Amino acid sequence: MKFDVTHVAKLANLTLSSGEKKKFEKQLQETVEYIEELDEIDVKDIEPTSQVTGLENVLREDEVKPSLSQEDALKNAKSTYNGFFKVKGILDSE
Amino acid sequence: MLSKLNIKQAKEGLRKKEFSSVELTRACLDRIKQTDEKLNVFVTLTEKEAIEQAKKADSDLALQGETLEAKLLLGIPIAIKDNFSTLGIRTTASAKVLDDYIPPFDSTVVKKLKEAGAVILGKTNMDAWAHGSSTEASDYGSTRNPWNIKHLPGGSSGGSAASIAANQCIGAIGSETAGSIRQPASWCGVVGLKPTYGRVSRFGVVAMGSSFDSPGSITKTVYDSALILEVLAGNDEMDATTTPKVVPSYTQALTYKKSDFIIGVSDEYFIDGIDPEVEEKVKEAIVKLEKMGAKLKKIKLFDPKYAIDVYTIIQRSEVSSNLARYDGIRYGNDRSFFADEAKRRIMFGTHALSSGYYDQYYNKASKVRSVIIEDFKKAFEKVDVIIAPTSPSLALPVGATKDQAMFGELSDVLVEPSSIAGLSGINLPVGLSDSSLPIGMQIIGPQFAEEKVLQIAYLYEQGTQTEEWRKREPEL
Repeated sequence: MKFDVTHVAKLANLTLSSGEKKKFEKQLQETVEYIEELDEIDVKDIEPTSQVTGLENVLREDEVKPSLSQEDALKNAKSTYNGFFKVKGILDSE
Repeated sequence: MLSKLNIKQAKEGLRKKEFSSVELTRACLDRIKQTDEKLNVFVTLTEKEAIEQAKKADSDLALQGETLEAKLLLGIPIAIKDNFSTLGIRTTASAKVLDDYIPPFDSTVVKKLKEAGAVILGKTNMDAWAHGSSTEASDYGSTRNPWNIKHLPGGSSGGSAASIAANQCIGAIGSETAGSIRQPASWCGVVGLKPTYGRVSRFGVVAMGSSFDSPGSITKTVYDSALILEVLAGNDEMDATTTPKVVPSYTQALTYKKSDFIIGVSDEYFIDGIDPEVEEKVKEAIVKLEKMGAKLKKIKLFDPKYAIDVYTIIQRSEVSSNLARYDGIRYGNDRSFFADEAKRRIMFGTHALSSGYYDQYYNKASKVRSVIIEDFKKAFEKVDVIIAPTSPSLALPVGATKDQAMFGELSDVLVEPSSIAGLSGINLPVGLSDSSLPIGMQIIGPQFAEEKVLQIAYLYEQGTQTEEWRKREPEL
């Protein structure tokens, strides 16, 4: 299997130079080949684990609690407008 | 030099008014200024805030009585890994993406440290985003090993480990996803405790591998580790994975003189290519524990090499998801600021989770994760703890990780299986190599068996207190 660095970079929203593409493709291809040894393990009838301590359905009451003020929430933004985050247009239909 | 003191000694001195918290804090700051040009431990030093906190601690100390009892770290200067959010103090995770990020809140760990009266000296260097085992992947230059500045401190909590080894601080905080506390503690010759997953809240820690991330401590002694865990452990409504189990008194547990443990030793953990001095010193340490009353039992564990594959797949998948939030809109810089290691991990994880590959990678790895968990469960039916080398090598020279996409995983092969299973573990220094680099062994316990792990670590530490190498310290 070949690691498709151009496709993956697009999915991950990363911009790569052609030099980077070449370098990462080689390195990531090596990683893909490295982990192939996992095929040696038989996992028939084994359930996957995602939560190691076995906690399930940890719920809390849906109550309003103090949170960040609007000012604090915006403090680290590079660009704001009237108390909102200002972002670049994402639709280019115009 | 006051900054040489461990937490227990410093508390004693503060209580007896031999020195003030301001004096203790100044001693640490002086030591940092004297050594940090060589070591590059601190990404951000918070001198002014530290002195203010120390003054406050001194006025609390004057009250004596209950305040003193309740505030377990009153007036103690602590260094904090830079992936713990600190209110009003820059938190970069050693990544340029977060170069100018100033959190509007404290992580639960920092909140608890403050409540316990600790003085925060500053934020320590790490591999960017905690991706790595050397600090060489830091966007702010690598930290150096105090025992030999031509060598690396390990990572990702390399700054905190180096800071403790160089006596820049009295206690330090690190975080471990798979080895990031124990491995740098091993390379720097200090104590590093990785608690069970869910024992300490992850709230406010820059997320890396969310199903593994475990905040913990790096300290000069086992007692100090127990004390910090007592402060940090506990259920947190801000982190739903924290356990509701009660927090025992870990320092109290050290006073039970118990030595009839069964220690499991697995040949699989003395892997091909292990440094012969590491193997020798760890095996000697196990024999010493036997002489102290522990029973040894040979066990066979699942080959740790497969843990590398499982960890690589699951951790990078979680990374690709966690690092998707960095868009440069709400805080920090945009995605063009990611350095190579982050890009590699994001892309590998994106690939593993992308359409058509889920069963082959993530699902398969999660199943092998179950196999590893089951393997440890079976082992712990026969033994109390497992002892093994922490790292198969001594601290490697600066430059060793360059363009090694799998460096961290290979170096962490002996700590990854227990992290995958969410177990408790500790690194203990057991000696120095002929080249004067530290050697560490790890004690691995079941989930939520920190008391047992600490007791055995304490037994070993106390029983080897007079060993010659303990008198040596880094020359800086």
